[in-house]
Amino acid sequence: MKKTLTTTVPAALIALGLAGAASAEIKIGASVSATGPAAFLGDPEAKTLEMLVEETNAKGGINGEQIALVLYDDGGDANKARTFATRLIEDDEVQAIIGGTTTGTSMSILSVAEDAEIPFISLAGAIDIIQPVKPFTFKTPHTDRMACQKIFEDMQKSGIQKIGMISGTDGFGASMQAQCKDVVGEYGIEIAADETYDPKDADMTAQLTKIRNTAGVQAVLNPGFGQGPSIVTRNYRQLGIELPLYQSHGVASDGFIELAGKAAAEGVRLPGTALLVADLLAEDDPQKPVVTAYKAAFEGKFKEPVGTFGGYAHDGFALLVDAVTRAGSAEPAAIRDALEQTSGLAGTTGIYTMSPEDHLGLDLSAFRMLEVKDGSWSIVE
Amino acid sequence: MPRLTAKSATLLVLAALIAVTPFFFPSGYYYRVGALIFVNGLAVTGIVILTGYAGQISLGHAGFAGIGGYACALAPTHLGLHPSLAVVLGAAISGVLAYLVGRPILRLKGYYLAVATLGFGILVSMVLNNERQLTGGPDGIAVPELGLRGLLKDWGLDLTNGQFWYFFCGIALLIGAWIALNLHQSPSGRALRALHGSEIAAGTVGIDVARVKLQAFVISAVYASVAGSLVALQNKFITPDVAGFMHSIEMVTMAVLGGAGSVLGAIFGAGILTLLPQALTVFAEYEQLVLGLVMMLVMIFLREGLLPSVLRKLRGRGE
Repeated sequence: MKKTLTTTVPAALIALGLAGAASAEIKIGASVSATGPAAFLGDPEAKTLEMLVEETNAKGGINGEQIALVLYDDGGDANKARTFATRLIEDDEVQAIIGGTTTGTSMSILSVAEDAEIPFISLAGAIDIIQPVKPFTFKTPHTDRMACQKIFEDMQKSGIQKIGMISGTDGFGASMQAQCKDVVGEYGIEIAADETYDPKDADMTAQLTKIRNTAGVQAVLNPGFGQGPSIVTRNYRQLGIELPLYQSHGVASDGFIELAGKAAAEGVRLPGTALLVADLLAEDDPQKPVVTAYKAAFEGKFKEPVGTFGGYAHDGFALLVDAVTRAGSAEPAAIRDALEQTSGLAGTTGIYTMSPEDHLGLDLSAFRMLEVKDGSWSIVE
Repeated sequence: MPRLTAKSATLLVLAALIAVTPFFFPSGYYYRVGALIFVNGLAVTGIVILTGYAGQISLGHAGFAGIGGYACALAPTHLGLHPSLAVVLGAAISGVLAYLVGRPILRLKGYYLAVATLGFGILVSMVLNNERQLTGGPDGIAVPELGLRGLLKDWGLDLTNGQFWYFFCGIALLIGAWIALNLHQSPSGRALRALHGSEIAAGTVGIDVARVKLQAFVISAVYASVAGSLVALQNKFITPDVAGFMHSIEMVTMAVLGGAGSVLGAIFGAGILTLLPQALTVFAEYEQLVLGLVMMLVMIFLREGLLPSVLRKLRGRGE
């Protein structure tokens, strides 16, 4: 190598990095995991956001202003999510961010958003995102802890005192397992067997046999998502275990019943959102119109069933639209203040009422205990 | 004389690029991209030493990046170490582990190191994912602030977070490149290149092949570890992705794409592969496709890697 090194490098650096940005009145940024291991969460989120922005713009936008959505795919990588958050704020100059499909990406985005004082609505489950409360960070999904509480409440009603747990070792399963173990004592329930499986495992009979042979177990709880819980459910029936089986909100979708098989899924209970049982809701249920409208629009446009996760993005967007409308301004600080004053907003996940101490705004009533009956979901009263 | 200028030319070009490009940045976001390029460049410089100089392939270097990163997350909270010392601790652990893994393996010829490091990388990634109480599991863990930016502010140098990390990582890269270039000219470096050419010939002229290979492996592990630490400190948060298999592949790809035999080439490769996903966000779905295509074309037509091949063309000197 001699001194003839050229200066093409900086030119390339700049040429590659420049991306056109359309100017619009209200700019909303999003970084979701539309590809990668969390794609089954992020993909419906991305689709939902794009669909809703289109819908809102067709209706004349918010306060007469059109919305521009800048959407990036972080592939579930926290490092990338941080880069995209920086890009959204510094380069695209968005007024608010929705996104962070996984806890890791949400934690990355929130530190950038907090530094820049841009409101951020996270779509991930972990409680750490909003606890302790950070001024600019909000989130729409109920926490794992709430799912555990809802399940244990239901168990308590049935007089169950001793349970077995079988959890996936993926982020979702591991996090919920920890939260459930943390909160189980408050319900006078004892975890007598605590097994785990790898999300890629094809057979869980060994773990289930061990749980079955543990004396006194009255019910089994399976935190996890993806295909694992379907396999657990099938193995459960193959082993002829008669105890009640509880799944988590991670598999609250029609896909779960299909994967596990209608016969095997029969009788499985889980905490789910109103979205899953849109048709069964009472006519005067405040969530009914929201849920039916979203379901019809999404399924009409994408020809695939709605899921809880796309619903999180729906609610994030609804919160933002509501906040901007009430604030009458799209200034980040004004949006933040309005978000914090959200009151009684019906979303697909629940009814949101935020406060300076609560940036989630949901309580246990957001969850409905569902049971598979005759191959489809029903509400347990 | 010409050799000496090659080294200082590389360092000068690098330093000039780091210093001058910020003047063209349209927004603060580009500091972030620049800092990422420098961190990746630093890790890839380690790969140059291992793959470019010594001709060994590692498919588990992300494991060392993971160790460096998690050292910065864990040592300050559990051992009370200052984050800067945690970087040193991470590098030391990585070096020792590389020594232990490499010592038996590098006595063998061929691709045993690739297979052994593949296993090592996956092991580290599994530990980080599964030891939830310690590492926070797949959700990741917070990393304490380095605190240097605050110190600089007290001394009257007020940088934004992006600017600070841009220059901090830039300087780290310069130091890393300087060490790698010095090594290239040293007896050890010449021994490495000799065994790259032919292990038997190198052994015949009195080079302790196994020992020299081990040295290269340990040094490159330390590079990856420091790069991992810098990512963690910069993001103030780390997830096991940093130790993932794909990250290992990415490092090797960056080096091979830019030119594994040349420090500047490899850094150039790191720059391209860091920028490409940012430039291709509009076609996010085709990103992997474009990357794969670029790799294939480079392998077929520019086997030395992009930068060395292009430079050779420019000089009109064929071989």
